[in-house]
Amino acid sequence: MLNKKLNELIFPQLNYEYSALEPYIDAQTMELHYSKHHQGYFTNLLNAVKDTELENKSLLEIFENISNLPVAIRNNGGGHFNHSLFWNIMSPDGKRAPSGELLKAIEKDFGSFDQFKSKFEDAAKTRFGSGWAWLSVKKDKSLCVCSSANQDNPLMDVSECKAMPILGLDVWEHAYYLKYQNRRPDYVNNFWNVADWDVIENNYKLALNSI
Amino acid sequence: MAFELPALKWAANSLEPGISAKTLEFHYGKHHQGYINNLNKLILGTAFENATLEEIIMKAEGGIFNNGAQVWNHSFYWDCIKPGGSVLPEGDFSKAINRDFGSFDVFVEKFSAACAGLFGSGWVWLAKNQNGKLEIIQESNAGNPLRQGKTPLLTCDVWEHAYYLDKQNRRPDYVLDFLKIVDWQTVANRY
Repeated sequence: MLNKKLNELIFPQLNYEYSALEPYIDAQTMELHYSKHHQGYFTNLLNAVKDTELENKSLLEIFENISNLPVAIRNNGGGHFNHSLFWNIMSPDGKRAPSGELLKAIEKDFGSFDQFKSKFEDAAKTRFGSGWAWLSVKKDKSLCVCSSANQDNPLMDVSECKAMPILGLDVWEHAYYLKYQNRRPDYVNNFWNVADWDVIENNYKLALNSI
Repeated sequence: MAFELPALKWAANSLEPGISAKTLEFHYGKHHQGYINNLNKLILGTAFENATLEEIIMKAEGGIFNNGAQVWNHSFYWDCIKPGGSVLPEGDFSKAINRDFGSFDVFVEKFSAACAGLFGSGWVWLAKNQNGKLEIIQESNAGNPLRQGKTPLLTCDVWEHAYYLDKQNRRPDYVLDFLKIVDWQTVANRY
């Protein structure tokens, strides 16, 4: 998706039912989040680049030059990529912990899986306002945890932690408010029950290959 | 001295159907209270321990600014609205609206567009600048026009927690209902 021309992008299918991530993420939230919020970003992105030279660029190219582009592209391009990644790294019945090369890398860079989780949770819980928490692979192939505001992400040239994201957690209030209201920490802690480490491990391999 | 949650001047269900009692239960009882609790903890042992909220808004950074400004912003927001709202009084304020926006209708249109268009969490303000001119200002997260030396007259909270239980993704519907309960008499008095 990152390398496709924007005018060739299609709105991604969800790989599971709206209710599949219950009780951790409720069906109503999934439906609104996917069919209203994500669809809105996608449509706005296409409208923003239509009939401009940008429609022949890829998301990757756009993110690397985002500070020079209209803010609508930053917000909606980020919104489209971030949500697409988010849906993919969750599943109703995936592997709930990393193994193999990714586990080794996590232990090397964070000490242990638990220490990584705690650092990631902290990034997600302390992001003030709307935004995302990320696990990404840096150019030197090390892993890093960070958070970003609104629909920014680590691929953007404005990012304070430039890297390839392999796991993202949405902490906009729309991601959890119907079920958790003000209790963002509960939503973040419960996220591990739906995170799919087969997919995240595959994202890690792809990220290493792209460096 | 520790900050305390100010009392609401109306019943929690009295803004229905625009803003539900359930939204207020969380918005006032959890979010606003939460910012107060956080602020009281954060200022202990700092230069802001005995500061006013206004001093915190003008000078603080990071968590103290975020929580202090959110305390002020929410107290101000509750004071901008009341059941049924009130009619815009004739006088200097309504003249200033006409002078700076052309008409009240144009102001409403611009204010609503600013609310719909603020990306992410934040506040939309009507404020009086240093020259007495009225301005519509979008502020992200905890932002407050006091920080730029401007006088806030009206604010609309567009954090999703202000409307998500009632309107979900339909922020413009919330803004429409918000504008029906603005206490214009209070807003005019601030001018």
